[in-house]
Amino acid sequence: MSSLDQKIKNKTVGMMVLTGIISTGLYASLLSNQDILNANFAKGGMFAFLPIVTAFIFSYFHGTFTGHFWTVLGVEASKKKKEIK
Amino acid sequence: MHDLAQAAANFINLDAITIIYLFLVGFVGGLVSGFIGSGGAFVLTPAMMSLGVPGLVAVASNMCHKFPKALIGALKRAKYGQVDVKLGIALGISAEAGVLYGAHIQESIKKAFGDAGSNLYVSISFVVVLAVVGIFVLRDAWKTYKSGTTNEEEKVTKLARWVQSINIPGTMVYFKSLNARVSVLFTIPMGFATGMLAATIAVGGFVGVPSMIYVLGAPSLMASATELVIAFVMGLGGSFKYALHGMVDIRLAMIILGGSLFGIQLGAMGTTYVKPFMIKVVMGVIMVIVLFSRGLMVPVYLSQLGLIEALGDGTVKMLKTTSFGIMIFALALGAFIVLRAMWQGRQAERLEHKESLAHAKA
Repeated sequence: MSSLDQKIKNKTVGMMVLTGIISTGLYASLLSNQDILNANFAKGGMFAFLPIVTAFIFSYFHGTFTGHFWTVLGVEASKKKKEIK
Repeated sequence: MHDLAQAAANFINLDAITIIYLFLVGFVGGLVSGFIGSGGAFVLTPAMMSLGVPGLVAVASNMCHKFPKALIGALKRAKYGQVDVKLGIALGISAEAGVLYGAHIQESIKKAFGDAGSNLYVSISFVVVLAVVGIFVLRDAWKTYKSGTTNEEEKVTKLARWVQSINIPGTMVYFKSLNARVSVLFTIPMGFATGMLAATIAVGGFVGVPSMIYVLGAPSLMASATELVIAFVMGLGGSFKYALHGMVDIRLAMIILGGSLFGIQLGAMGTTYVKPFMIKVVMGVIMVIVLFSRGLMVPVYLSQLGLIEALGDGTVKMLKTTSFGIMIFALALGAFIVLRAMWQGRQAERLEHKESLAHAKA
């Protein structure tokens, strides 16, 4: 493996660990503050932004984590360039 | 709506088993959605309701997991050059109008005929749409397979060629997935129908993807990827509408999202290994199986409305359980086909790589 490949691999693992920790933290706070969340997120009106913003935050960190997770496991898209027609 | 909002405040308690169950259903739903652009929602909503979640909270929470999932899926598939953002947004905006109108129809039916009437309407919509579109899609996939043209360029249908040939000044837009200019007067009703279906059976993609393929002439891979953009636009607007009334249980939505983001990445990668007709196979198979699942429930609602002889409690329970079981089976089979196709594609690529290395050495 060339040093460039090794660098890319290390960076992917690093990003997976970092976003994995953030994602775990987000889920831990979601499950440990259920009462507060239920009380505020169900208020409606201007509070409607809360679930929307939460969904974007989770999708960014957890989405990045899951992408790197599969890459680290060696599950990647086909290397062949496919022309879509 | 106010009463419903109060009911929503009594969200269910979550234990470890419930969390794992939702995570796993989310994973399988995400896997299928990443591949065909939609498809997990028809199981997720009843899965939540089976845990005691009120119907509207289940619909709202499902929608709130759908738009971030679709966003990640669309971004992933855009990397593979499969997304037509302009077409997705054009269809997504009209789909939003369809969602609002569909929800209005649902409310009117519920007011007039109660829960059983509303459920009957949903089931009949499922059966009619899935019977017509599902059988058509599956037949087309079968014909492609039998003709041995799975590797060839997908043929644009006669209808799509006609749609692309119509020139209505002032309404023409170029879409890269079609490599043609099409009047938005065609895309608006298509998006509207997709939204109406999404509001009725939770899976607009069962109309959205086939109409992009057969009516507009988009390739299967691009149609299924573009559906994710539509799902994002529709899901975002729908979630906000439900959140205004406090209907979203954010815990349920985020737990399902947790599983589905693992699945959608895998499903999206799967599309790079398969032949385009596999999109039609997975979609058609799921649609036809779900058709039977919903068909089983029609007598239950007919009996509740007093239109046929009343069914015994045991029979109702058996039909409900069988119907839910068939739906889970449909989703699991779809996931299996995706994973199998992906596995075979990877093996073939590795073999080819090995052979080319051996050839180079020789």
